[in-house]
Amino acid sequence: MRPFTIHEGVACPLPLTGVDTDQLIPARFMKRSRAEGYGGYLLHDLRFDETGAPRPGFPLDAPQRAGASILVTRRNFGAGSSREAAVYALVDFGVRCVVAPSFGDIFAQNAVNNGLLPARVSEADAERLIAALLAGETRARVDLETCRVALGALDVAFAIDPVWRARLLNGWEDVDLTLSRAAEIAAFVAADRTRRPWAIPQRP
Amino acid sequence: MIAEPRTLFDKVWDAHVVAAREDGLDLIWIDRHFVHEGSFHAFDKLAARGAALARPDLTFGVEDHYVPTRTRALDRIDPAIRRMMEQLRANTQRHGVRLFDIDDPAQGIVHVVGPEQGLTLPGLSIVCGDSHTATHGAFGALAFGIGASDVAHVLETQTLWQKRPKRLRMTIDGALAPGVSAKDVALAVIAALGSDGAAGHAIEFAGSTVRALSMEGRLTLCNLAIEAGARCGMIAPDETTFAFLRGRPCAPRGADFDRACDDWRALAGDDGAVFDREARLDAAAIAPIVTWGVNPEDALPIDATTPDPDRVADPARAAHVRAALDYMGLTPGQRLQDIRIDRVFIGSCTNARIEDLRAAAAVLQGRRAVVPGLVSPGSGAVKRQAEAEGLDRVFRDAGLDWVGAGCSMCVGMNGDLLAPGERCASTTNRNFRGRQGPGSRTHLMSPAMAAAAAVTGRLTDLRALKRERG
Repeated sequence: MRPFTIHEGVACPLPLTGVDTDQLIPARFMKRSRAEGYGGYLLHDLRFDETGAPRPGFPLDAPQRAGASILVTRRNFGAGSSREAAVYALVDFGVRCVVAPSFGDIFAQNAVNNGLLPARVSEADAERLIAALLAGETRARVDLETCRVALGALDVAFAIDPVWRARLLNGWEDVDLTLSRAAEIAAFVAADRTRRPWAIPQRP
Repeated sequence: MIAEPRTLFDKVWDAHVVAAREDGLDLIWIDRHFVHEGSFHAFDKLAARGAALARPDLTFGVEDHYVPTRTRALDRIDPAIRRMMEQLRANTQRHGVRLFDIDDPAQGIVHVVGPEQGLTLPGLSIVCGDSHTATHGAFGALAFGIGASDVAHVLETQTLWQKRPKRLRMTIDGALAPGVSAKDVALAVIAALGSDGAAGHAIEFAGSTVRALSMEGRLTLCNLAIEAGARCGMIAPDETTFAFLRGRPCAPRGADFDRACDDWRALAGDDGAVFDREARLDAAAIAPIVTWGVNPEDALPIDATTPDPDRVADPARAAHVRAALDYMGLTPGQRLQDIRIDRVFIGSCTNARIEDLRAAAAVLQGRRAVVPGLVSPGSGAVKRQAEAEGLDRVFRDAGLDWVGAGCSMCVGMNGDLLAPGERCASTTNRNFRGRQGPGSRTHLMSPAMAAAAAVTGRLTDLRALKRERG
């Protein structure tokens, strides 16, 4: 996994509450292989009308937001369906960090599993950042070492679970770590068989 | 030394800790892993690592998200949808996993099938690449949804690294008024907590109202815990739980079952166990609820009017209300009962169990629906039971379509979709923009309320309809 330390790039405001994972990628695109890339489906039905034409005024498609890699949005981003495709759409589009007051739990876990930083800020700071972007700011700098977002004259703190922070900073993959615990897993399974004999499903 | 009193959640969690890391992450053993058509990303990851599936005997496949409901003949459906099912069949076959495919009489929605088959039991840890896995917590299981990377991790190791969530007890006491169901309780919980109010928490539902709920009702309540942002919902197992499970195909049998019940009784929280948060609801104050907006927290009693964004103090909330009303084609201050609908859908992992179908049929008995609608039972077993009771006739006679089991129009992956702009009274779990198809407008409600809406063609107070019949 690609480590995240400091990222500087184009920031885009998304002044919406509760952008759920059904918005991040509508279900009908999820039959496709990841190899095809999911970036084109990001926020598809908010960005494009029924004919596929861009909806005028959608922030992500404004010329000054071209190549956006940081999104700043309102509370409860990524709520809903556990579809990791929502994170794939963001990552494949080029997004490396989403700044919001709160995130759906499963989304945030999926994000970290894919090297995407879910940076939690206060609602007041989210509004200040969005206002600055709407007033014309375009670039932001996200520092995971210091847990701060800098944007124009603003420099605000963000929160992230320390375990997630360490994983992102180091680009650690979980599964190799787990496989190194094989002996502990085997010991658990052996003890569990007598402790909870009912936990094994019966054959019908 | 006297042990600290523990909650239900703590007892189940502690029983699954394989290893605890200093930074607070626990390696959790997984007792049941359900996979479905959408799990192909995870199987692809497993293949890319050249790894084997750790425990095929604890992994179960279910075809639900993409299955056609109007035909079982796969050569007659969209090839892209058929491919989703074929991928699951190939992946489960390759790894020796039992698959409930559409030709299996037990097939249905994974969160209906697990409990029906006795695969879901108290005290188990259960995961699935589906957020509504919280449903299984109704049995006192630790059950939560995960994304594809974590699905791949479970496939390869049968474990997951998890941070212990905080504990929230939602106590609901009192008797529910006539016409008020578990769905209304769940929507009241979401409205009270907010759609991210329980983020980072495991909710335990407690109190006399919860104890009085059937397993079907408890499953509905825990199913919707995720819509309040919770990691999972749980209810302590009791005699209602055991009565449901006794004799289920994959549950322990005979004396083993009785011994298991003794263990399961001990899972209930100890007196004096401490929760990180406490919340309460008065059951008697809950009315039939419908959603008006684009998030389950946008919910109000049926006799209310839509909110006015100009009277919402918080600017972000006001912007949400304005955009939601606009998307839903509604105006501020509109009576909910004046909202006309185009279609009804009765189904989904939230409300497609036998009790749900009985409640809807009781309203539709002897009446005609004035709008088209779809009734999709949660499983083959529910379908057969409903047909044995003649419920299918009630739905058909009312003019609704009685179809096969699957996720169907809750998420529309199988092609059961609303047309753009269409408005649906739906027993599902999410009224998100476009959830039931691009431009679709969803109002969430209970099965009885959806049936009432079918009869009048608008959002309807079921209680008034009942009075009318006398």
